[in-house]
Amino acid sequence: MYVAVKGGEAAIANAHRLLADRRRGDRSVPALRLDQIVEQLALGVDRVMSEGSLYDRELAALAVVQARGDMIEAIFLVRAYRTTLPRFGYTNPVDTGAMRLERRVSATYKDLPGGQVLGPTFDYTHRLLDPELAAGAEVETPAQRPVEPEAMPRVSAILAHEGLIEADGEMPLDHVPGDITREPLEFPMARDIRLQALSRGDEGFLLALGYSTQRGYARNHPFVGEIRIGEVELELDVPELPFAVPLGSIRVTECQMVNQFKGSAKAPPQFTRGYGLVFGQSERKAMAMALCDRALRASELGEDVVAAAQDEEFVISHSDNVQATGFVEHLKLPHYVDFQAELGLVRRMRAEYEARENPGKSEEKREAAE
Amino acid sequence: MRGQEAREQAGRKALMATLAHAAADEIARLWNEAGLPSEAELLRGPETGLVTVRGRIGGGGAPFNVGEATVTRATVRLPSGQVGHSYALGRDKGKARLTAIADALWQDPAHREAVETKLAAPLRAALDAARETKRVETAATKVDFFTMVRGED
Repeated sequence: MYVAVKGGEAAIANAHRLLADRRRGDRSVPALRLDQIVEQLALGVDRVMSEGSLYDRELAALAVVQARGDMIEAIFLVRAYRTTLPRFGYTNPVDTGAMRLERRVSATYKDLPGGQVLGPTFDYTHRLLDPELAAGAEVETPAQRPVEPEAMPRVSAILAHEGLIEADGEMPLDHVPGDITREPLEFPMARDIRLQALSRGDEGFLLALGYSTQRGYARNHPFVGEIRIGEVELELDVPELPFAVPLGSIRVTECQMVNQFKGSAKAPPQFTRGYGLVFGQSERKAMAMALCDRALRASELGEDVVAAAQDEEFVISHSDNVQATGFVEHLKLPHYVDFQAELGLVRRMRAEYEARENPGKSEEKREAAE
Repeated sequence: MRGQEAREQAGRKALMATLAHAAADEIARLWNEAGLPSEAELLRGPETGLVTVRGRIGGGGAPFNVGEATVTRATVRLPSGQVGHSYALGRDKGKARLTAIADALWQDPAHREAVETKLAAPLRAALDAARETKRVETAATKVDFFTMVRGED
């Protein structure tokens, strides 16, 4: 027999009403506008776009405020919204070499063409809380340096000339890029599919795995060949026009990690590479992605798979924070029947155990009870 | 003839790029100032959908999918028969409609001049100026290395 129990309708409605109230908070404090979030919490918005896998600042800002600043909840909202829209197609691959740069640094070459351009970075700040900001002080306008535009080729293109670094990752010419939004994950997977999963992967998870490779779990001697942040143009081929239609530009962060490699049966000694490309200004995420990309190439490069960061199925199956939170958080939903069933089972096992351990005692107990 | 056609396409694409980058209210303001006609039949949309952004492994290698972006598109036909298309990032349907009309007007010899000078030129100038400001602000953060001489010799 199965008896369904219903209930909680009014409680749920009131809980959501209460949530809306608490989200709004003290009514004497002005409500946040989306443009304030887009402008002043820009990196939080970028994280929601990157892990929500949807480039749209206003939607990400709406998600942040609707989720009361809970980033994973905001990412979940964006992912859910994505599924309601039709897909017009795949853009032509972005050209990060033609990026309008806002930051570009290399830890491997001091004097590279175009130089080291710091941009709006937290690096070299003292990490001291700023009471003036709390008091709402106005900030200075940025300094300007009117110089001629300079070409800034990717560092990988410069290093490649010596032949000591592997080329950009190639696939067979007839390879169609895989798409995890269309096909279920299958292991082992090609590098292009891994990169798609990593690009939307949880920053904290990838950061921890990247860190683990530095601490010796799949050590691979990384250097930041280059980090660049800036805007790239998007173009889409459409049947109704005889040219690729320009869509506008998006901000991305690219990280080229360069790793020393002593060679193996499959490849000569050289510098190998890990790659990171992420929506928005998300430097930590792009670096973590590049470290994980390189670690996950272990089999391809003939390295022993000995650490978590090299285990493709482990990393890719657990990198998605929407899936992770869904499975972890479902545990708090009613499991009354499951638990009752298990409770009955544990009671029976306990009774059997006690009967086995203390045959006399349980007999006495029963008699006493009777 | 082929060269002519290529120039024609390049001009049309350049207009589409300018409009895609421009803010909706700025387009509407210039449109009204220029007195451009906005009468057109909607053939498709305006509709919002997704495009999947592609990158290349290592920057220049095989393509891979990075993630999606919102795009809004529209197709219109003018009373004079020209069909115009628009595509741009974001979800602004008013902008999609107006920029599709701009594309159609540009194909009409009677209106191309006005679209170029009264709409595209000021939008381009504003975009170029904003990019230039950003570029020189970024350039001010470039590191100038210098050598410190230490010791006696």
